[in-house]
Amino acid sequence: MKKLSARRRHPLAAVVVLLLALAATGGLYAAFAPADKAQADETAQSLAIDEGKKLYAVGCASCHGTGGQGTSDGPSLVGVGAAAVDFQVGTGRMPAQQPGAQIPKKKVIYSQAEIDQLAAYIASLGAGPAIPTKNQVSPEGADIAAGGELFRTNCAQCHNFTGKGGALTHGKYAPSLEGVDPKHIYEAMQTGPQNMPSFPDTTLSTKNKQDIIAYLDAVNGDDTESPGGLELGGLGPVSEGLFGWVFGLGALIAVAVWVAARTAKAKKS
Amino acid sequence: MSSQDIPEENLPAAQDADEHAPGTVAVADETNPFADPGLPPHEHRIQDIDERAASRSERTVAFLFTLSMLATAGFIASYVTIPSDKSIYVFPIGHVSAMNFALGLTLGVALFSIGAGAVHWARTLMSDVEIIDERHPIAAEPEVRAKVMADFKQGAKESALGRRKLIRNTMFGALALFPLSGVVLLRDLGPLPGTKLRHTLWSKGKLLVNMNTNEPLRPSDVAVGSLTFAKPEGLEEHDEDFQKEIAKAALMIVRLQPENIKDKQELEWSHEGIVAYSKICTHVGCPISLYEQQTHHVLCPCHQSTFDLSDGARVIFGPAGHALPQLRIGVNDEGYLEALGDFEEPVGPAFWERG
Repeated sequence: MKKLSARRRHPLAAVVVLLLALAATGGLYAAFAPADKAQADETAQSLAIDEGKKLYAVGCASCHGTGGQGTSDGPSLVGVGAAAVDFQVGTGRMPAQQPGAQIPKKKVIYSQAEIDQLAAYIASLGAGPAIPTKNQVSPEGADIAAGGELFRTNCAQCHNFTGKGGALTHGKYAPSLEGVDPKHIYEAMQTGPQNMPSFPDTTLSTKNKQDIIAYLDAVNGDDTESPGGLELGGLGPVSEGLFGWVFGLGALIAVAVWVAARTAKAKKS
Repeated sequence: MSSQDIPEENLPAAQDADEHAPGTVAVADETNPFADPGLPPHEHRIQDIDERAASRSERTVAFLFTLSMLATAGFIASYVTIPSDKSIYVFPIGHVSAMNFALGLTLGVALFSIGAGAVHWARTLMSDVEIIDERHPIAAEPEVRAKVMADFKQGAKESALGRRKLIRNTMFGALALFPLSGVVLLRDLGPLPGTKLRHTLWSKGKLLVNMNTNEPLRPSDVAVGSLTFAKPEGLEEHDEDFQKEIAKAALMIVRLQPENIKDKQELEWSHEGIVAYSKICTHVGCPISLYEQQTHHVLCPCHQSTFDLSDGARVIFGPAGHALPQLRIGVNDEGYLEALGDFEEPVGPAFWERG
């Protein structure tokens, strides 16, 4: 109940309430006295679950089972929570196109309203982490330096020290965190998608997660400046050294060869 | 100049008798079957023939040197005038600090112009006539050698080293003892580490403290599939020896479903599926924590050693020689995770005495 009323201020909740309430309960609504807001919300929630169940049956059940119990092709979704659904479907990873070492990020095919319905349905199967609020994922006022320390302790081993991503075993990889919605970063930490371990609130608090998001926003955000220019992927001294040796020294050798190859004689032989 | 053991006819001066007319070719005869083609005739550059071309080259060189002066002035001007936090967009390198870009560009132009000017000067205006420098015997002349030997003998006699034995022997003693000071300093290579490599800060009853929150961990905090790093209770980040101690004591805590744990000892040393492993790779000691929660593999970013955390952290790939040491953990009366002792084996890379 508390979760529901917390979610009622979500901007999309209003849209969901409006659309669904109009479409499905328009007739009944006229017959009864106007219900209070909480009740309308509750109705909207159960409607969202119903709608989500329909979407689930069409798009997800073939791998995850008709009741989310999981099959040999997909894990059980009982208890993964709304946050996992919002991350997996919201980044286009789900529905998966084909099995493989890792399901990549791709075009999102569900609208946010549909994702919320799916999330509501999955959340109704078993308690799990909820979709974070705007405040929880905002980098405003967070401690960037502390975030950097937390990032280097917990995340940098796979995602590189500025979130550029890196390779794992057998074709798996840690994706680049460039341009990822802070909400999705938060949800990934909380739910641990695919082979990424999770960092639940009990071991990495909401404040810690905010700091990490603020750090990523500072070093890898859209407005991040690179004072040195030409950051060569931000991969560090190896790529920079290689570039210096190959292109810097290469250019010097080319100039030396060019100078010596041209004759200064009046009569060209 | 002496030419004691070089036959007169092999001396360069004799060989190049008519070298003053380059381009002449020696003719093969019976004693010398291979003709020496000699040097090709010297060819002039346009600058040697045409005075206007020479002045053009002079102007080019002067222009390059002037450009360098301007670039240096530009370097100083950029340093003084451009604010250090200003950012500009330059294709193709993207957003870059305006000052860094200006300093690099002007410094590069200044140095390059000096080099290019010098090269152009040498190639077009300085003399390019081939010069022959003859080789001479290196030995000193006999009278010089005789004088040196005589001087040495006289010096030895005047020092009276053979007669004043006390001086000689004490000098030898001083010279022989002096290197000992260097030898004594080699002691700094020791002492041997003793048992330091075999022990860490962990001991029975020490709580596992979460490195993110600095709070002791409870079993309920650690979810299946999560990854947490822990340090021993009492070790604080501002401690003087923090780096030294955490480098051995760092822990990686994951929770597996107990039925997924294949190794019997690992299960015994875990608590409800929570296992605590050393975070230090047994190959060369990199912090190792690329944990894949579905495969339970953890790999090292340095040399890709891969350990299976569901099977006693056995090495399944890479150069590491030992499984990761596991810390035996339990829960104390207040419900916090605690160590039940130190690591049973040394953490980190293998060493000579470990066997």
